[in-house]
Amino acid sequence: MAGADITAGVKGQGSADRRLRPYLGFIWPALVVCSAVIIFPWLFTVWMSFNDWHIGSARAWVGIENYSKLATDRRFLESIGHTIYFTVLAVFLPLVLGTFAATVFHKKFRGRGFFRTLFIMPMMATPVAVSLVWTMMFHPQLGVLNYLLSLVGLPPSLWVFAPATVIPSLALVEVWLWTPFVMIIVLGGLASLPTEPYEAALIDGASQWQMFWKITYPLVLPFIVVAAIIRTIDALKAFETIWVISNGGPGTASETLNVYLYAQAFAYNQVGTASAVVVVFFAIIVVLSLVLLWARQKAQWS
Amino acid sequence: MIDRLSLSRRRALQGATALALAAPMLNTKTAYSQSGAFNWQRFKGQSIEVVMETGPRADLVKKYLKEFEGQTGITIGLEIIPEQQARQKTTIELNSGKPSFDVFNIAYHVQKRQIEKARWLFDITAWTKDPQMTPAEYEFGDVSKPGWDYATQSDGKITSLPMFVDYFMIYINKELFAKKGVQPPKTMDEMMAAAAKLHDPANGIAGYVGRGLRNANVPLYTQYLSGWGQETTRGNPPELLTDTPDAIAAAEYYKKILSNYAPQGVSGFNWNECQGLFMQGKAAIWLDGIGFAPPAEDKTKSRVVGKVGYILPPAGPKAHHSVFFGGGAAIPDASPKKEAAYMAALWMTGRQMTSRMLQTGGGVPFRSAPLKDPAVLSQLTIPKEWADCAAGCAPISMPGLPVIVPVTQFRDTIGTALTNMLAGADPATELKRATAEFKPILDKSEQS
Repeated sequence: MAGADITAGVKGQGSADRRLRPYLGFIWPALVVCSAVIIFPWLFTVWMSFNDWHIGSARAWVGIENYSKLATDRRFLESIGHTIYFTVLAVFLPLVLGTFAATVFHKKFRGRGFFRTLFIMPMMATPVAVSLVWTMMFHPQLGVLNYLLSLVGLPPSLWVFAPATVIPSLALVEVWLWTPFVMIIVLGGLASLPTEPYEAALIDGASQWQMFWKITYPLVLPFIVVAAIIRTIDALKAFETIWVISNGGPGTASETLNVYLYAQAFAYNQVGTASAVVVVFFAIIVVLSLVLLWARQKAQWS
Repeated sequence: MIDRLSLSRRRALQGATALALAAPMLNTKTAYSQSGAFNWQRFKGQSIEVVMETGPRADLVKKYLKEFEGQTGITIGLEIIPEQQARQKTTIELNSGKPSFDVFNIAYHVQKRQIEKARWLFDITAWTKDPQMTPAEYEFGDVSKPGWDYATQSDGKITSLPMFVDYFMIYINKELFAKKGVQPPKTMDEMMAAAAKLHDPANGIAGYVGRGLRNANVPLYTQYLSGWGQETTRGNPPELLTDTPDAIAAAEYYKKILSNYAPQGVSGFNWNECQGLFMQGKAAIWLDGIGFAPPAEDKTKSRVVGKVGYILPPAGPKAHHSVFFGGGAAIPDASPKKEAAYMAALWMTGRQMTSRMLQTGGGVPFRSAPLKDPAVLSQLTIPKEWADCAAGCAPISMPGLPVIVPVTQFRDTIGTALTNMLAGADPATELKRATAEFKPILDKSEQS
């Protein structure tokens, strides 16, 4: 079978070229748009990162000075730490809660369709509007969250107004927004599972937890990893919730890489430094994505 | 008959050509050379774009737009954008060399040096002295010196018209003060003592509320610093003074009053949250800009209507000042309709509009006449105490932010240090660290 494929391929190559040539012209529009919108801005950003450029002043070529300054910049290094802390919370919690929600919604019960729709709604709201409402809820004296805490007898929390609790509070908003997203992906995976192993396990007397951990979990792992990849990339780049709710504060306690580079570019008008941060950020995202794709390879079971 | 028709067609063509040739001569621009006096209608028929920051000033311009169009015949396309976005938009468009607007709000305390170094503004010095471009009733002499200092670049050119000034004053809740028998404070020590007496967390009352949010809190800090008679920079080229013993003493005062007598979570409060708390009657003292009075006197929004006292900011150990910030109307050098834009700027910063601004409590003009004019004062929609306080701030005013290019970065760096102090950090260490961090940025910005 393989041999026939190869010979067919070799013989077909010449005619394939000839068939392809008139169609080559059709890829030019896509190529031009792609270059203009993706490739050119990317190259220009890399070029800007080698310059010292403040909007309104003259531009000066400085080579890798922007990068060497970043390596010793306390605020930049701290922002990397905040980004990692925020991403871990904003990825791990939705994965766990989303998988749990998917297993719940996989079982049939009355009103399942209605509750599933309700559960998906946070994902459909605009992040900025959601962030504004959460800001009101987080207010230490006038917000509803501290009121709810007082009803159950817990002391009021400072939520996003204290350096120690700001990142967990922001991660809470992200969890509320994106758990439905993970749930949908894992629900799709659950729907594709065969039912025989469960029937066999029930006959053998397995408990619910054993069935989940030994059967469901290994089988939906590829789907969970897909959700993890998408969530990680989104959480690394999360901007609206952090900017609108805490503005990177208090102080710089919740300043992630994305917020830091926004401040550099659009508040301080230092596009050279901001471009250097962008290039470093891009490298981090690419490395993390490759790691996760490798993990996905490992999780394949078929 | 054919002859008559062809003749009348030729006549029509001749007439049309004559009209087309004559049209430029009907241009109103050349008409000015015929009259020797100022005429509001000189540039009528033109249409300009104006960008303003969201707030009472923009509301006022929007309300009286038709009046301007009737007076001058110039149509205005008004764009009102929130403060931060407006500043970003104007910076980026001015940098591109082809701004979409002809007049914009310049925020002197943030943008002045950056814009003057980049030379984006049109020099209006000649027009301010030309009686055909500026009417005598504009009363240049009425605008205060800080206003003209703001509007004049370091090279002596006037590139904008000063519009409004924001001083800092104290808002007090008179009811809470009367309940505990506390007198309104006149000095910073008295303010600390009053805040201590009025602080009642068990009943949800905070003795004091003020900005703790990074960047926004720097004006509050410079107000305290003015009590030691000091600014944050000195000289030209500017030298940082944020780590002197007086600067540290002011930071210690900031830390003490906001950590002990302010509500929990104040480190995230901007003027918006402070105002909200004050209007709910949950704060006794609020030190902030004078432009935030109108909502507090609005029955539909505030629980403290009629109970608000307006007093001068407190005197410090060495001096008594009120920090000020300001805005004006500026014309980009790249605008193709500068004359019409100048008419709009004259109107916006003229006596009539700035008096209206004062009446609604939307701001204080750099002019002193409206503050003394009984006709204006009789129509105030907020208590006269506010206007008296504003008039009292003017003679003791002092710039609240340094005139440097990286103002936003300065506010972020010093602001972070101040917010960290509220979380428990030592003021001296934080200020020294922030000064060391910002110094190379400042030096670099002055070089280029």
